[in-house]
Amino acid sequence: MTTATATHDDHHDHGPAKGLMRWITTTNHKDIGTLYLLFALIMFFIGGAMAMVIRAELFQPGMQIVDPQFFNSMTTVHALLMIFGAVMPAFTGLANWLIPMQIGAPDMALPRMNNFSFWILPFAFTLLLSTFFMSGGGPAGGWTLYPPLSLQMGDGFPFLIFAIHLAGISSIMGSINVIVTILNMRAPGMTLMKMPLFCWTWLITAYLLIATMPVLAGAVTMLLTDKFAGTSFFNAAGGGDPVMFQHIFWFFGHPEVYILILPAFGIISAIVPTFARKPLFGYSSMVYATASIAFLSFIVWAHHMFTVGMPVTGELFFMYATMMIAVPTGVKVFNWVSTMWKGSMTFETPMLFAVGFIMMFTIGGFSGLMLAIAPADFQYHDTYFVVAHFHYVLVTGAIYSIMAATYYWLPKWTGNMYDERLGKIHFWISTISVNLLFFPQHFLGLAGMPRRIPDYSVQFADWNMVSSIGGFIFGASQLLFAYNVYKTVKGGKKATDKVWEGADGLEWTLSSPPPYHSFTEAPVVK
Amino acid sequence: MAHTADHYYVPHGSHWPIIASIALTTGVVGAALWFNGHASGEMVLFIGLALVAFMMFGWFGTVINESLKGMYNEQVDRSFRQGMMWFIFSEVMFFAAFFGALFYARELAVPWLLGEGAKFATHDYLWPNFSEAWPTNGPGGVGGQFETVGAWGIPALNTLLLLTSGVTITLAHWALKAGDRTKTVLWLIATVALGAIFLGFQAYEYIHAYHELNLTLESGIYGSTFFMLTGFHGFHVTIGTAMLLVITIRAAKGHFTADNHFAFEGVAWYWHFVDVVWLGLFIFVYVL
Ligand code: HEM
Ligand SMILES: [Cu+2]
Repeated sequence: MTTATATHDDHHDHGPAKGLMRWITTTNHKDIGTLYLLFALIMFFIGGAMAMVIRAELFQPGMQIVDPQFFNSMTTVHALLMIFGAVMPAFTGLANWLIPMQIGAPDMALPRMNNFSFWILPFAFTLLLSTFFMSGGGPAGGWTLYPPLSLQMGDGFPFLIFAIHLAGISSIMGSINVIVTILNMRAPGMTLMKMPLFCWTWLITAYLLIATMPVLAGAVTMLLTDKFAGTSFFNAAGGGDPVMFQHIFWFFGHPEVYILILPAFGIISAIVPTFARKPLFGYSSMVYATASIAFLSFIVWAHHMFTVGMPVTGELFFMYATMMIAVPTGVKVFNWVSTMWKGSMTFETPMLFAVGFIMMFTIGGFSGLMLAIAPADFQYHDTYFVVAHFHYVLVTGAIYSIMAATYYWLPKWTGNMYDERLGKIHFWISTISVNLLFFPQHFLGLAGMPRRIPDYSVQFADWNMVSSIGGFIFGASQLLFAYNVYKTVKGGKKATDKVWEGADGLEWTLSSPPPYHSFTEAPVVK
Repeated sequence: MAHTADHYYVPHGSHWPIIASIALTTGVVGAALWFNGHASGEMVLFIGLALVAFMMFGWFGTVINESLKGMYNEQVDRSFRQGMMWFIFSEVMFFAAFFGALFYARELAVPWLLGEGAKFATHDYLWPNFSEAWPTNGPGGVGGQFETVGAWGIPALNTLLLLTSGVTITLAHWALKAGDRTKTVLWLIATVALGAIFLGFQAYEYIHAYHELNLTLESGIYGSTFFMLTGFHGFHVTIGTAMLLVITIRAAKGHFTADNHFAFEGVAWYWHFVDVVWLGLFIFVYVL
């Protein structure tokens, strides 16, 4: 593999084909990355519209806009779309764009399967959304699909289950591709411990995905047969147990939340050094911290089930195991802060989002620690406190990292600079409104407001109104983001190859925009 | 354009993936309609499955042709191998979910229903008379009285068959590496035959269970775990046998060389995986 040039198996030129078929038949990692990112953006807005419905209903106590069944389907599908349709595909899109460029490869290892992984998604989510038009409506039992409630869904039920299967197949294939690309396609000299952290965190994420998506597939298959084939997995009369579903689901579900955050750690670890103009502090400890988070994520699942009536040894085990995750997570936050320490910092939009991530993700981590205390969780469980927790880690965590990544690499992808002023405005409006939106939910939860209920008692009225106002502003300000991206794709100030003064890594040695096949000659990494 | 071994290889655009997506979607829509009792369901499901079969022939056919033309280098070969291994790992995890359900039900759920441990309330208040430990169809007697399939009849024989097939496929592999095509094909045929006999026995056992033992998918948690585990396993043996058949035909047509036969090895790994899952089943579903 010393003198490598890309070869085609036919005489096509190296540019893309024309028209719609380019996108449908493409095997190019950049095209597929773009498709993933665009798809994620669309899902982000559909899921966001559902969140607006939720916040509109909760603006005031009492029932005003939607009926309870529809409200519940809004919370359910909002979560499913945001998790499986927005955040995961966005990270996969970033992986597609960046991993080959960062390890010095021409493309992903299995390009046709790459196309397949993407193109299942629009079908899967069409199926999911089509349930709204069936008798019985969309899924309304919560994204966690707990039986027996989830089994009471109408005609849409099997469509929901199969949509999850298809999305799972897509994730598994996408992950196989990421792992094989990283293990097999690195340029000479690019040892594992020289890889950018984004590749490392994705490698581990992909492992988590391959290990847990099939478990989710098993769980929803059991739901399907319980409903249609007369099995008794979750039926106590037949010797099964509905709580068993929760165990299987969360065996998937907790690693899943790390699937939603590990790539974000990789992104932040790329951006902070660039704008602090210092190498990342503690590279190898970052790798080991990521690996230990992944390992621990398999043995903490029942912290989502402290109140179902587990034996007390179980409660204790899962409580302590959960708290241990705070250690490697703390290592990461410490390293980011230390990277900034005495750096010559500037605060362009990607850096603003990265710093915002570090501060607000940490808030989510702290509320997570509070939830991890089993006896305290008896109070917090199923309240808005949990909602506040996971939105701090997911919105100001995962989503912020995706925004940071978009601003950071967009000039590389398009060759154009984005509008910096608009980017900063987007950041500040988002950050103020997102805290208006989610911080009061901590108070609501501690005061006892339950989640997933369309009405509430009047003492919760004030903070709910604040939260809804924050929500509307946050929702609207995301249009600025979409507009900024659109404008950058269309044109703008030309970006240099390096784009950022402090940027480091193979992707910055390529032109902006990079050639269609990233590295047709394998670069040599010293 | 040159196709030398030290070149990266990027395949051109392909329409197979989109056909695959459409095929899968058609299949699951058909299945969903069928579950909902819709008259068109079976038809749509059938069209979907036919499309999947068509797609597999087309897609794999393309890849095989490219491979025969020598377009793939060592790196592509490694990518395929690693991809296959991770795919098998994902399959292992799928079975793990069902084994997990079996262990949970046997070790926790049923004992709790019997009134053991801290969770006696369900027993005391709902089903104080429930006293039937594993194998059980629960306090509600879901599916009615049933008997279980003994381990030392057909299941033991099937264990023997699958273990033997693990040997025959290894012999085929050794023959292939030694360049002896006749022997390769013969050992492969033996492997296919063993797989097919296994499936025949399994089918016979199912019929027996349904008609004489009243053991069905609806026989409470025992029937659920028994049929879902053995059923998914049987489904995988079917796929494995079909794949074995394909490589047997390919080997007979002169495909594969002593040092270039990814498809052969991929199928062999898959077959060993199916074999190992069966051992787990034999121990935890039949014997214990
Ligand atoms: C310091 C690390 C963390 C700890 C100790 C922690 C702890 C917890 C606990 C104990 C719960 C259950 C609360 C309840 O239902 O009563 C919970 C819920 C949740 N966490 Fe975390 N968490 C952490 C980090 C994260 C991260 C990084 C994410 C995702 C990016 C995340 C996403 C979620 C989600 C989505 C839920 C709610 C699931 C649901 O019930 O719908 N958490 N967390
Ligand atoms: Cu968790």
